[in-house]
Amino acid sequence: MVLPGAIWMIFFFYIPVLANVVAFKNFQFSPNGFLDSLMKSPWVGFKNFEFLFKSGAAFEITRNTVLYNLGFIILNLIISVTFAIIMSELRNKRLVKVYQTMTLLPYFLSWVVIGYFVYAFLSVDKGLVNQWLTGHGGTAIQWYSDPRFWPFILLFIGTWKNIGYNSIIYFATVMGIDPTYYEASMVDGATKWQQIKNITIPQLAPLITIMTILAAGRIFSADFGLFFNIPQNSGALYSVTQVLDTYIYNGLKSTGDLGTSTAAALYQSVVGFVFLMFTNWLARRVDNESALF
Amino acid sequence: MKKKKITQVSVRQFNKPVNLIFNIIIAIFALSCILPFLFVVAISVTKESAIMSHGYSFWPSQFSFDGYTFLFGQMKSQILQSLLVTVTVTVSGTILNSSIVSLYAYAISRNNFPFRKFFTIFALITMLFSPGMVATYLVTTNLLHLGDTIFALIVPSMVNVFNIIVMRTFFKRSVPDAIIESARIDGASEMRIFTQIVLPLAVPGVATISLFAALGYWNDWFNALLYIQNDNLIPLQYLLMKIQNNLQYLMQNAVAGAQLQGGLASLPGESARMAIVVVSILPIVISYPFFQRYFVRGLTIGGVKE
Repeated sequence: MVLPGAIWMIFFFYIPVLANVVAFKNFQFSPNGFLDSLMKSPWVGFKNFEFLFKSGAAFEITRNTVLYNLGFIILNLIISVTFAIIMSELRNKRLVKVYQTMTLLPYFLSWVVIGYFVYAFLSVDKGLVNQWLTGHGGTAIQWYSDPRFWPFILLFIGTWKNIGYNSIIYFATVMGIDPTYYEASMVDGATKWQQIKNITIPQLAPLITIMTILAAGRIFSADFGLFFNIPQNSGALYSVTQVLDTYIYNGLKSTGDLGTSTAAALYQSVVGFVFLMFTNWLARRVDNESALF
Repeated sequence: MKKKKITQVSVRQFNKPVNLIFNIIIAIFALSCILPFLFVVAISVTKESAIMSHGYSFWPSQFSFDGYTFLFGQMKSQILQSLLVTVTVTVSGTILNSSIVSLYAYAISRNNFPFRKFFTIFALITMLFSPGMVATYLVTTNLLHLGDTIFALIVPSMVNVFNIIVMRTFFKRSVPDAIIESARIDGASEMRIFTQIVLPLAVPGVATISLFAALGYWNDWFNALLYIQNDNLIPLQYLLMKIQNNLQYLMQNAVAGAQLQGGLASLPGESARMAIVVVSILPIVISYPFFQRYFVRGLTIGGVKE
């Protein structure tokens, strides 16, 4: 019964992990197949890594990846917890269902489609935003070649797409809190705000910890679709939109520099692994129950 | 004396003014989630010349279905081909994914499976470390030779280890050992126990992971971006992406040879492009009310702490 799954894991995890030796080689394709090209490519030691770190690319893409992810973690946490709590206290429950249905929709659409949505607003000559700007005496902004606004755009879109999903997860937990707590607090004359502060948020804390650990463990991997499709992989924006994943992809497909690309990927995997272990250790220290493993 | 009306004391409600303010805030956000979709629909039914002179707008100044007639006229073969690829990949991928995941999860959920520990750890390790995009790419294209085949769209997403772990917990909780024991005493084989007793009990769980798999396959463009060059194997989402980056691609695909030299400008490029967006998300939007219920229930089950 485990056979199909196990074979898949061997081919799509265990062998690729070993194939990471490419990072230490000057990889050349050989006509005699993969193993042959792997064996025959000469070792270069840490040359590929040296190139990556000396070029300055490593710093910029690491900074982008980590800062964006930090932004997403904070924004997602604050907004989706707030929305979940608000929705749980709204009077009209049928309206809450409608809100949930509406906010969940972007989560189910692909980044390509969201990219079109953004384009409809930001297109330089036809987009709604520039039309509005020029209509009000402003000048049109070259959205897809002006890096100034992209950190905000990307943070906004990345958060917007996932709020519905995250707030439903929190909402389910809030609805599961024993109502007698609230009844008791009402008898004691607690205000709504005191109830939220002293009952709802403490009850949500374990889930918040778990969700944050999960996100923090992935702080080194970016959502490829967001950073690739929304700015349309525009070269002029790379300084603020290039993250580890897109850098690795561009290295693999455009420049064809397999060595550096693999080195970057291995760097991402190793640091990501360390991060995951560290956050899990931290969670265990704080609260043994909420650690992942 | 006027009688005071006694209503049920509700502990989980805002008072009226606060309720109204929060309703407005949430409603604005909720609207922002569906407006872009309506916007794209509006553009897709706007006359091309109106788009050219006024840009995109929420309310078409001139209606026209040229975009759609263009899609299902001149671009018909490419659209139908891509639709076929997407549907094939989604259907077969979902079936494969959910059956492999369920089988694996069921096996490691059973206490009497001798290698339970080994295979659990075997799967867990894959979640801790990422093999990296390049190494996976090299193995898929050079060792497995899946490049430019339909399998490249199916196989890389065929197993989801996170879902294996979720399903393992689900099986443990929703399938009591006693039922399996009694079936075994009645002489049922392992496979029969799985298909006739365990699976029916696990329908909500399987439905949830199948849903995720189906959405993943329907929305996938990444595998196509990495592995597909052949125009006959382009799924819808990737077709959209190619057109986004290059409006010319849409024209080239539609027009065979020199037949339409000079006529390019009159083709409904912008509205056709938005029309494909609509076509590619319509199935999701239509089936959405049906699967949302399952989905929310599945999430709630997964959210309960062990």
